[in-house]
Amino acid sequence: MSHAKVRVLVAKPGLDSHDRGAKVVARAYRDAGLEVVYTGLHQTPEEIAEAAVQEDVDVAALSILSGAHLTLVPEVVNRLRAKGADDVLILVGGIIPDEDVPALKEAGAAGVFGPGANLDEIVEFTLANLRRRGA
Amino acid sequence: MDLVDRLLDGDRRALARAITLTENEDPLAGDLAAAVFPHTGRARTLGVTGPPGVGKSTVVDGLVHLERATGRRVGVVAVDPTSPFSGGAILGDRIRMRRGASDPGVFIRSLATRGHLGGLSWHTGSVVRLLDAAGFDTILIETVGAGQAEVEIMRYAVTTIVILVPGLGDEVQAIKAGILEIADILVVNKADREGADGLVRELEATLELGAGSAASWKPPVLKTVATADRGLDAVLAAAHDHYLYLESSGSLQARLERELNAEVRGLVRDLAGRAALDWARSAGAWDSALSEVLARRTDPRSAAAGLVTRFLGRVQRKSRP
Ligand SMILES: Nc1nc2c(ncn2[C@@H]2O[C@H](COP(=O)(O)OP(=O)(O)OP(=O)(O)O)[C@@H](O)[C@H]2O)c(=O)[nH]1
Ligand SMILES: [Mg+2]
Repeated sequence: MSHAKVRVLVAKPGLDSHDRGAKVVARAYRDAGLEVVYTGLHQTPEEIAEAAVQEDVDVAALSILSGAHLTLVPEVVNRLRAKGADDVLILVGGIIPDEDVPALKEAGAAGVFGPGANLDEIVEFTLANLRRRGA
Repeated sequence: MDLVDRLLDGDRRALARAITLTENEDPLAGDLAAAVFPHTGRARTLGVTGPPGVGKSTVVDGLVHLERATGRRVGVVAVDPTSPFSGGAILGDRIRMRRGASDPGVFIRSLATRGHLGGLSWHTGSVVRLLDAAGFDTILIETVGAGQAEVEIMRYAVTTIVILVPGLGDEVQAIKAGILEIADILVVNKADREGADGLVRELEATLELGAGSAASWKPPVLKTVATADRGLDAVLAAAHDHYLYLESSGSLQARLERELNAEVRGLVRDLAGRAALDWARSAGAWDSALSEVLARRTDPRSAAAGLVTRFLGRVQRKSRP
């Protein structure tokens, strides 16, 4: 008998100091029955990748309001790859201009959610795009 | 199993995945536990418990930092509650455990209770063994914040640290709830706040009342300001003293034997019960016994005893040549 639970890392890379949005998303995931590891503000890409490995998460949801998403997202992806954790689904949320979305997807983000995204949509997208992971 | 070799080799992803398989009660988890067991028994375990928000995670972060300074590798198991409504959880202890966050000598894993009561996860013991086998020298276990005595932590941690803070008015509560009885070390954290000295005196007086024989361990009451790293070296030193005390008094070995004895006994019950149930269900004995109970012709205990007797008879017949 197996009781797998979906585990999500909600992380805030970079320097901005507002985590209201990240907390709201964390709660929405919890209310949908997911286990959310929340790591707080000002995380470096290395800390995020290392937390994703140790916590063995299925998903890393990055909340970025600082405008530095075009550098931060590829850095997190590279760190994850370097650790062999390229099976983690990467989502990005925050203040992301439409024209940056293709570049983020190119960098490895499976989904990008702007300020207007609603929570149900985020949770649904997450659950629909989970990757099957082996041992 | 390749995963086991990688785990024993110190591969962090293998360790993380092994913990997940264990938590999920995956069919592989039993073999995994069996394969790592010969490699366990080396790590020193420290439990940290206390009411919500008293600074457990901040203290753990400080203790990790101090242990790392001596070169020891540190594993952390941090437990937070599962929501009874959704089955989800927010695991937030890492927020205060930043210093070990990118240190290869530190491994932090957050676990949800998943319905287990008592401030821990169902699989705390197994996860501690995985960390032990992966070579972590010290393993810190943070329980869910709860106002009552989480006695289960004593099973997994050789030394239990109970944290309280001044001004919560929780000293009387704590005493009533028996939280002092599980403490090997009492910490008054947030000693930068008013009332710390008073709380220390009160706790010392209460401990005096319940003190055992002159030869037994006397829990020290230590003041800390975890956010400023003040007093944590004394906490670690006390934990070390406690360990030496257990070792020299023979209690460490006795405790280990007691725990393993209880674990095997529990598993015998579990496995024997399961075997009897499996037989009863497949042999049809279950349905007839249960309908007798439902009709109130047989009481539950007699029905169970009858099933067990028949199951044992079958086992005996089978084992004869
Ligand atoms: N003033 C003061 N605040 C502290 C001290 N230690 C911790 N805190 C603060 O207390 C709050 C809670 O700290 P945590 O370490 O998360 O407490 P916890 O017991 O792990 O909390 P739960 O796991 O949620 O039960 C944080 O805001 C800390 O910064 C201290 O010594 N003095
Ligand atoms: Mg905590």
